[in-house]
Amino acid sequence: MPDKIPVVARRSALKCLGFGAAGTLFALAGGVLTPTSLLAAAADPKGTARLGKPLFVQISDTHIGFNKEANPDVTATLSRSIDLVNGLPQQPELIIHTGDITHLSKPAEFDLAQQLFSQLRATEMHTVPGEHDTTDATVTEYFNRFGKASGNRGYYSFDHAGVHFVALVNVLEFKPGGLGTLGAAQLAWVADDLKGRSASTPIVVFAHMPLWTIYEPWGWGTGDAPQLMEQLRRFGSVTVLNGHIHQIVQKVEGNVTFHTARSTAYPQPEAGVGTGPGPLKVAADQLPGMLGVTSVAVVKHARSLALADASLA
Amino acid sequence: MPASPDVRCSQVSVAIGLTLLVAASSGAASAQTPGAAGATSPPAATRADAAPPIVIARDFMFGPGTITIKAGATVTWKNTDDEPHTVVSDTGLFRSGALDTNESFTFRFDKPGTYHYACSIHPRMVGTVVVE
Repeated sequence: MPDKIPVVARRSALKCLGFGAAGTLFALAGGVLTPTSLLAAAADPKGTARLGKPLFVQISDTHIGFNKEANPDVTATLSRSIDLVNGLPQQPELIIHTGDITHLSKPAEFDLAQQLFSQLRATEMHTVPGEHDTTDATVTEYFNRFGKASGNRGYYSFDHAGVHFVALVNVLEFKPGGLGTLGAAQLAWVADDLKGRSASTPIVVFAHMPLWTIYEPWGWGTGDAPQLMEQLRRFGSVTVLNGHIHQIVQKVEGNVTFHTARSTAYPQPEAGVGTGPGPLKVAADQLPGMLGVTSVAVVKHARSLALADASLA
Repeated sequence: MPASPDVRCSQVSVAIGLTLLVAASSGAASAQTPGAAGATSPPAATRADAAPPIVIARDFMFGPGTITIKAGATVTWKNTDDEPHTVVSDTGLFRSGALDTNESFTFRFDKPGTYHYACSIHPRMVGTVVVE
């Protein structure tokens, strides 16, 4: 329970914001996020069990096809991520991929990614595209493989274990010089999707680009996300999961917890450091600590979720 | 359009192609470059249109940000970043796929006008082609 998590663990977890060399476990209750060290949680399996059954694991920014110095073997690091997930003592029921499955939207990259994903023990996978998956004008390659859930529209929703999941696309309606965009049609669809749902329903929203502005000069945000947040405000527990920036950044605003995941492929610099959001080259022994996955569990007896980040170190 | 030389991205052939295209275009008299017909090198005058029409994507910027060419000339974009970029017209006139490191994209501009474009992966990367 959140009030029993040691203060020292919170401190060490807060150090992990930005790039974390160790994983971070988050318990969310009533919109309040309480972090603790994943290492501490691993040392205390009973404490971890109290957080509930693992609901899903978030994988992000696998960038299959990338082969530059920052990580010449993204296939191997995705495989290690999959091993990490498959090795969890309790298997998550779902896998959520928050985009940039591929690096260059090439058919062979999508095919290899699908082949790797098929090794996951959890068989139900939900995806949203990143801008690297949609460089072909018609988004044909992504939709051919992952378009079924949304009728080739990209956004869709589903329910699982009492949680309502909303998958959104903010990489298709790009505006030169601007941030990601959801667009009027998608926002209207969200309003309709949420209409009539109880405010006590836990909501998980996921999209590739951050749904809050982390760093505008690099396009790390979504221009019309405030209109989405307006629709989510009445809900008691909202978890917003994104990728895109290849590092963990999070904030809590009212009942909404925002979380961006690490990439399984390569890290990126912190906001504003260097010329742009390109691959960050680090020493080989440091790389695993900067890649990873996020798992989410439903907290028993509470309408809340718990997040845990695991690095590949 | 009359059959035109197959313009590729090497700087020399682009320069020659531009010269020949201007010479071959009957409607381009007002923008004629003196002594262009049959020339194998650009005129000595250091006008913007004499530079090879190449735009480099480097450090998340298109350089030069604005390039001025003659109608019928071909612009080449080359990505030198570790990160892929795209070249996407605001109006849908032209669109590259993802350009990985050292990959290029070319497009020939037949009609005078001002053409804005951006990288769809990094939408703050923008550029302009002015066709005279």
